[in-house]
Order: sequence, then C-alpha cells, then structure tokens
Amino acid sequence: MSVPYTAEMLESVKKVEAGRADRIGFEPRRMTAEEKEVILRENHPDYNMDSFKTIEVGPNAGEKAPIELVDLLQANSRVKGMDIDLAHPTYDVDVLIIGGGGAGASAAIEANEGGANVMIVTKLRIGDANTMMAEGGIQAADKENDSPAQHYLDVMGGGHFANVPELVKKLVCDGPSAVNWLDHLGVLFDKDENGVMITTHGGGTSRKRMHAAADYSGAEIMRVLRDEVFNRGIPVVDFTVAIELIKDTEGKIGGAVLMNLETNEIMVARAKCVIIATGGAGRLHYQGFPTSNHYGATADGLVLAYRAGARLLYQDTLQYHPTGVKYPAQIYGALVTEKVRSMGAMFVNKDGEVFMHPLETRDVAASGIIRECKRGNGVPTPLGDGIWLDTPMIDMIHGKGTLEKRLPGMLRMYLRYGIDMREVPIVIYPTLHYQNGGIRITADGMSDIENLYVAGEAVGGIHGRNRLMGNSLLDIIVFGRNAGQQASKKCKSVTLAELTLSHVDQFAEACAKAGIVTDLVSPKLLPDYRRKV
Amino acid sequence: MEEMINVYLYGKKYTVPSSLTIMEAFEYAGYQLVRGCGCRNGFCGACATIYRIKGQHELHGCLACSTKVEDNMYVASLPFFPLEKKIYNIEEIKPTQQIMMQLYPEIYSCVGCNACTKACSQQLNVMQYIAYAQRGEYEKCAEESFDCVMCGICSARCPAGISHPQVALLARRLTGKYIKPEAKHLTERVKAIENGEFDALVEAVMDKPLEELKEMYNTRVIEK
Repeated sequence: MSVPYTAEMLESVKKVEAGRADRIGFEPRRMTAEEKEVILRENHPDYNMDSFKTIEVGPNAGEKAPIELVDLLQANSRVKGMDIDLAHPTYDVDVLIIGGGGAGASAAIEANEGGANVMIVTKLRIGDANTMMAEGGIQAADKENDSPAQHYLDVMGGGHFANVPELVKKLVCDGPSAVNWLDHLGVLFDKDENGVMITTHGGGTSRKRMHAAADYSGAEIMRVLRDEVFNRGIPVVDFTVAIELIKDTEGKIGGAVLMNLETNEIMVARAKCVIIATGGAGRLHYQGFPTSNHYGATADGLVLAYRAGARLLYQDTLQYHPTGVKYPAQIYGALVTEKVRSMGAMFVNKDGEVFMHPLETRDVAASGIIRECKRGNGVPTPLGDGIWLDTPMIDMIHGKGTLEKRLPGMLRMYLRYGIDMREVPIVIYPTLHYQNGGIRITADGMSDIENLYVAGEAVGGIHGRNRLMGNSLLDIIVFGRNAGQQASKKCKSVTLAELTLSHVDQFAEACAKAGIVTDLVSPKLLPDYRRKV
Repeated sequence: MEEMINVYLYGKKYTVPSSLTIMEAFEYAGYQLVRGCGCRNGFCGACATIYRIKGQHELHGCLACSTKVEDNMYVASLPFFPLEKKIYNIEEIKPTQQIMMQLYPEIYSCVGCNACTKACSQQLNVMQYIAYAQRGEYEKCAEESFDCVMCGICSARCPAGISHPQVALLARRLTGKYIKPEAKHLTERVKAIENGEFDALVEAVMDKPLEELKEMYNTRVIEK
C-alpha cells in the first residue's frame, strides 16, 4: 500500500526515520516553570485576546469568555413567546438528569440506587457523548508508590493552581473507589495475569496511574454504564433536549422545558432535583479550531444554568489537545490519544528533530507545537502545517504487535485512509478538546441554584485552567456518582412551590437593558455543517 | 478543481467531492443531521450505514463517519435497529454457559452464514465471537468483540435474529467482573482511603501555602 502523503511529506519522513534509532531510550529535557509560562503566554489560544469578549449580563458580568459562548449566553431563549403550561407536566420525577454521557449515566445509577425516581433526557442517544470518545484512560492513585496526595499535587500543578481545592480533594480521594466501582460493574480494564492494573503515564503525571481499556477506555466504560442504566429500568428519553430550566417561586430548581428534537414537541418535566450533565463545547469551534468532540458538544448546559442564575468558573479556559489529526481530511481534528505518547512516540519536526518532551501537560504541549509551526519547522500538508508524531517508535520500544494490541482504535482509524501508523509517522496539530471551565459547584455537586446539581465537563473548577489526561473520565465518574447520591438524598426533603419561568424573562430584560440586540437563539443544540451555497 | 462523483442517498442522486466521508456527503447535499450522527469518529456506532455499488451484488456495512464515498454508491443509513437487550442483575448472574442459554437462547439458532462478519463495520469476526458465547468461553468472546461499537448492522443481516452486540456486551461484563483476576491493590487502596489512612497526607498538601505547593510540584520526582 502506498502511503497517501505528498512528495514533500515523504522527503521529511526519511529524516524522521534517520533519527529514530537514536531516539529510543533518549528522554528530552522537560521545561522549567518559567519556560512553560513564556511558551503559554506567547502561543496558547487562551491568550489570544481577540477571540474573547466581556460578558455583559448575569452572574459573571464583567468577565471574559470566548466570543461564541458570550453570544450564546446572551442570546434569545427558545421559549420566548411560547405559552407553556407549567401546571400540567408531561413528566414528574424526583431527579431529572439532562445529558446521557458518562456523568449522566453514573448519576442515574446512583440516584436509582438511592431510591429516587430518576429520569434521563438526552439530546441524541444515551452514550452519544465525549465519554464514548475518551481513548487514553482514567487516573486513580491505587499503586504502592502513589497516593491521593501525590495525585492532588499533579492535578493542582497541571491546572496552574487555579483548581478549587475541595473539588480536587474529592476527585483524587474518590478516584480508586470510582475505578473499583467500574471494575465491579464489569468494565474490562487492562490487567496483568495477577489482576494488577496496567498503568502508564499521561502528560503531567508524576506516577504511572493511567488505567485503560486498550484505547477504547471511554467507550468501554460508557457501554457498561449504559447497559447498567437499562438493567435498572431507568427511563431514558432520547432525542429530547432541555431548552430552559424551570424554577419554583421560591427560587429552587423545579425542572426543565423539553423539546423533542425530531418533532419539536414541547414538554415540561417537573423535578425536585435536576442534574446538568450536558458536557462540553467543542462543536462551537472556538477560534476556528477543529474539534475532537462529539456532535452534540455545544455548551447547552452552561447557557441553561447561566440564565437561571448560576455562576460560571474559568469559562475563559479551553483545552486544545496537542495531538489532533492534521491529515488526512476525513479525520481532520479527530483525537489521537495521548496514550500514543505515553507509549513512547515523540514529537518530531519536518527536519527530523525532537523539539520538546512528549509528555508535558496538554496546554504546554499544544503551545510547543504551535510555536514550532510558527518558526517554520512544521510539516507541510495539503491542510496546513503540522508536526510528526513518530508512532513507529512504539513497536520499536515495546516489541512488534504492541501498537496493534494497545492502540487498536487508532490503528483502525488511520488504516481506513491507507496510513499504517506502525510503519510511518502521523501528522498532528492541536484540536479543540475540552472545556476546562463550566458551572461552579461545591463539593456536594450543587451549583448556586438550590437543588441544581452539575457533573462532568459542564462543571468548572475541578481542573483549574488545564486538565490532565485521564482526569476527565475520572471526574465524570466521581462527580456523576456524587451528584446522583446527593440528589437522591436531597429530593426526599424537597417540596416544590409553584413553577415559573420568570428568570428567563428577567434575563431577557437585563440583556435588553444592556443594549444587546441579537437574532441568535440558544441553546445551540447542534452545529450546522451543511454546505453554504 | 476537486474530483466530483455521484452518490445516491436513499436512492436520490447527488454530486459530491470524492474526498468526503458518507456523513459529509449528506451534509454537503444539505441534510441537517439529527439521527445517524454521533461522535463522527468511529467510536459510537450512531451512523450505521448499508451501501451497495451500482451493478455489484454485494452489500456492505460501514460507519458513515469513517467511510469515503465512492462513485455510484447507493446509501441507506440505519440510525436505529431494534436490538434485543435482556435485563439482568450483574450481581446475581454468574459466568456459566447456562446464563447465555437463559438470556440469549437464539444464539444457538445461528446457521453459520457469516453475514454478520461480512457486514461488521469494525471488521470483527462476529460469527466467531458468537461461537465463543455459545460455548461459554466468555473471555475469548470478550476479546474478539472488544472493538464493537454496537452499530447493529450485524443483527440487521442475521437470519436467526441474534442481537450480537448485546450478547458480546454480556460476555464482556461477565469477563470483567467475574473471570479476570481481582485487582487487589485497588480494593486494598479503597479500604485504606475509607479508613482515613490518607487523610493526613492529603490535608498536609492542601494546607501548604501556594509558594510551597508550587515548589513541591516543580521539584517532585517523576516515576521513570
């Protein structure tokens, strides 16, 4: 099979190959704290102030956020002008979970376990979520040389010490029990013949604590959680989206206005507690970046919660995964798991030179790649410049057949387009991957609004200003379960007053007062990729 | 100028660039997808698709997000297929051969036509993993089926009405929970944390002033 690379790329591949043997066993120097600060400031997209603007209305007024997000936060409500009968809800439950990814499913299982009458509504199908696409693994400090305290240090440092300490504490202390819970539900983790979890490094980890299920880690977890939701008979209303939250006249959460995405039917769900588990925002394509995210990742939960009065945290920090696919076009922006680097593949420029350590934290690694391309050392492809990720190193280090066994998803993804990553390096460039910020919560999972819980990527603060690999799968399980447990307890003592959407009107009035005039309607629901004629 | 080819989406002809995936061809043609679109990268199985090249007898199964269009391709998407999912309590069942007989007896009606394997969007040996399930060899079934995205094309093609992805999922959960050895270091660590053995250590780090914490981080020893 001939490799579908241009002649120029193939020339460069020869240089990559020439230095390969010398790279085996060589560890590039890691950057100092000062070097990291400089490289971030000069290259990371979060520092590109032209792409941010100031929020004018609501709890975070005066703070910055990406332009696309600010526009959606301050857009028109989808219920504007509608006459919605809040007194006769279609659904009446204890706990309403919005979102059917890993966090939503974990929350549902625990709320069900806690005896609550719980229901999931999800925009697409249950499991259509970023969880399904998480490839590399899940962190937990369960090895002899590791501890939750060591994990805590890595999380804080990786997040530039901006993380909310009580949330990090919960993340790391509940980590082992989260993995144990999944293990006992039947998730097939990579283990040796004695049952010892096979763990590797991720960018910014000081211990090998990355647990994986090949490179289908998230998919394997999601398949099992979804199966468990079905086994428990938890109702899942799919292809149905929440378009506004409902409160009661005392200011507590009271449910959500739902819309059938296929028929546009409007329904009301009354609930004593609501859990937002709507995930991230990659499909907003901040700064024009491609994304590794799921089709439904449009920050809907942030818009709903913000309009209802919940404060956001670190809404101005995004994660650009260093290794998105740069070439070929069909998988442009798709994720190349960090595990490829955990297993030894290095970044190499067009001249065959290693220019940085492969396992710096994601923000630093992404900045390093952007800088190397700016310096003119990028690999030219028909879609722009990228950097080689020297994947043939993996089998050279660990033995033939390793890549196929440990990275089957990656291998398959590239083989579909005639590229055998065991034989030739692949071209990567940063891709919009993760919403570091989100809705502020306390350690019990609750937002500023009474009985409104948040879990998963929609939460802000756990990861500070940068998340480490493997802490997202961990966070959706830890905080998903936590939200489900807390809500199932809390709902027993909740008495709802009359339901109202007055907060939506108030927010619209505030926007009008601030002089915001827009045709835009939010939440966005889905991106539009139709050809613009 | 990009090379253009003809594809037939639900039988209707559209001319699209030859570099597109089937999913992108739908969007290029003007479809705003709701169903049949998920991760857009081959992991979620939302975009199961069946196609045939005009003039050829063979039917192909694929994922629309990860398959390039071809000239004269006739495409039907299969955004939902009624798989049969049996309800069970994972805590109560055991990895015996009987459990498959109880929950998915139709696997024993397999006629060996291999249509499932031929249709698999992941190129898995589906018929083989069903054979393992029949024999109660769940670990082998789990390994053989591991990359399944549960798109359901296999089941759409099965004359015996088998829900292959559900059978495989049960086998994997049985393997993960009951057959693979226990991770003792994990259960012990969970117990230690529950007993508060790490509380002091964590609190000590949390109590550090920021500058000290930064120094700890910057000088921490990284496992080789």
